[in-house]
Amino acid sequence: MNISDKPATAGAAVPDAAGRFGAFGGRYVPETLVYALDELTREYEKSRADAGFQAELSELLRDFVGRPSALYHAKRLSERVGGAQIWFKREDLNHTGAHKINNTLGQALLTLRMGKKRVIAETGAGQHGVATATACAHFGLPCVVYMGEEDIRRQKPNVFAMKLLGAEVRPVTSGSRTLRDAINEAMRDWMSSVGDTHYILGSVVGPHPFPRIVRDYQSVIGRETIDQCQQRMGRLPNAAVACVGGGSNAAGMFYPFVEHPEVELVGVEAGGRSDQPGDHASPLTYGQPGVLHGSFSYVMQDDDGQTCDVHSMSAGLDYPGVGPEHSYWKDSGRVRYTSCRDGEAMAAFDACASNEGIMPALETAHAVAKAMEIAKGRPKDQVIVVCLSGRGDKDAMEIARLKGVDFG
Amino acid sequence: MPAIPDLFARLRAEKRKALMPFVTAGDPDLEFTSAVLREVVGRGASLCELGVPYSDPIADGPVIQESYTRALKNKIKLAGILEMLGKTTPQLAAPVVTMVSYAIIFRHGVERYCDDAAGAGVAGLIVPDLPVEESPALAKIAAARGLSLIQLVTPLTPRERALRICETSTGFVYYVSVAGITGERTELPPDLLESVGWLREQTPLPICIGFGISKPEHVRLLAPVADGLIVGSAIVRRVAQAADRPRAEVLKDVGDYVQTLLAALAE
Repeated sequence: MNISDKPATAGAAVPDAAGRFGAFGGRYVPETLVYALDELTREYEKSRADAGFQAELSELLRDFVGRPSALYHAKRLSERVGGAQIWFKREDLNHTGAHKINNTLGQALLTLRMGKKRVIAETGAGQHGVATATACAHFGLPCVVYMGEEDIRRQKPNVFAMKLLGAEVRPVTSGSRTLRDAINEAMRDWMSSVGDTHYILGSVVGPHPFPRIVRDYQSVIGRETIDQCQQRMGRLPNAAVACVGGGSNAAGMFYPFVEHPEVELVGVEAGGRSDQPGDHASPLTYGQPGVLHGSFSYVMQDDDGQTCDVHSMSAGLDYPGVGPEHSYWKDSGRVRYTSCRDGEAMAAFDACASNEGIMPALETAHAVAKAMEIAKGRPKDQVIVVCLSGRGDKDAMEIARLKGVDFG
Repeated sequence: MPAIPDLFARLRAEKRKALMPFVTAGDPDLEFTSAVLREVVGRGASLCELGVPYSDPIADGPVIQESYTRALKNKIKLAGILEMLGKTTPQLAAPVVTMVSYAIIFRHGVERYCDDAAGAGVAGLIVPDLPVEESPALAKIAAARGLSLIQLVTPLTPRERALRICETSTGFVYYVSVAGITGERTELPPDLLESVGWLREQTPLPICIGFGISKPEHVRLLAPVADGLIVGSAIVRRVAQAADRPRAEVLKDVGDYVQTLLAALAE
């Protein structure tokens, strides 16, 4: 692994057979998990060539999820900004209210295909937990979701929803009690249960083949966006913007655009309170290459290789690592990564809610904020598509707390 | 001959088996870690495994994970661990291997880690999150410094893959007794003896069994097929009492426990 060997271009033909996106990715896991990862790799490859599997997934995405999701011109927000046109790819209109369902249905079908009887998952903001619980309820699979105690506090409505859907939510009390610790705990469970359990990982992170599988299942976002832009505008957008925690909605939006160099791609990390360590969650902006959760990617680490605590007001972005393909896109220059502070995201949330009647998830509000900033300096004939990755209902109580609103 | 192959050659000649206690570095501080290493080796441990605390261990159960958390809260750093080892290893009549996450090795620099570890008298490395596919670069650098790179085989490892792991492992093969995380267990898998027996016929490397071993009856059961037995959580749990009890008592408790396992090993 030599990170100085930067790719000249970021092509779509990654990862390689070892799960490498250039220098990034791979597998850094205990030997106990290798068997399950090999099995998953084999079955995933077979499923791609299986017309019946693909047809079942397509039907579910259409009838259960409600795809294709709309491409919406946010005219009043665009007018308010006074620059380029801002369009939303409405993943918030999906069943369960976020892009996460695209991946969980695909992986739930893989679970059945592998003959596994139980599903585990981790969740930060709760959207992946709800989507996994939903997919498991749909197929009758028992489901355990690991969630940090701090995230349970921030995301009570989603915790309740998971329970209503029949999932068991296991609080994680170790470390920072957030998404990172929930992933550790889910991996520990998987170490002891790989024989009968599939781990539905929720983002483009983790050991090979997860970053590839999740990206592929989320790529429906970018593919539909391309088709819809062609139909509505007769051309591709000038830019696509998405928020990046682990990076699944961004990977899904960006991947189909990678081979269209005329489209600018912008990933927005959580800038938190400040650029000081511990005040943000921006590994692509401030981190270094390292190993976390089974893959080699940009990570927020101290000088000793210990993972740093990070902060975002959004539970879904509060993660010290990022998917390896994003690291590859960053080093190749194909995607520009930037960050957005808590306050800017909150202002974008308010602008979006009051001008469009759409409350974005706090994660998504980071992308909206950056899209507004980019649009401001551009002519009106330019088109900027934002992946509206999820709806903000889940964040209402946390937003009330942050705004100092007391319901009594 | 590097320290670990030399040790097992001697043990085999004497028809003896190794007991390898695992200790977390810096729980509750490095001075006590050094004392525990001296205590267990003084009681007759043949080899010691020193866990380098990591913030996100995924192979470890709650006992070892919590010991890592305590050590990191006490600001334990790699430089301090290696400094302690540099002073302690000359006093030990047994080699020490570090159990260290690749995240830490990579951040430190692979060559620099191997240089510093060898300089501190470390005899080998166990890198639990570095599967055989990712290990060639580290293996080469470690070998050039006389460090063994000990690889792991588990009950879920296909046999063909187990052979490949044995080809690249040096020092010994770490056989993980159960598909799961570290931690004490009441019972070990019934087919464990058969699986280790098969592996023993395939490789001349010594085989040490770890994960879940905590009782004299485990030792009696596994000693006939293993070259060594690794005991972690049961020791770490006892060491953890140093926070609330007089250290001399805790040291004696750990030493007495190791002695009961050594007695079972000698039967």
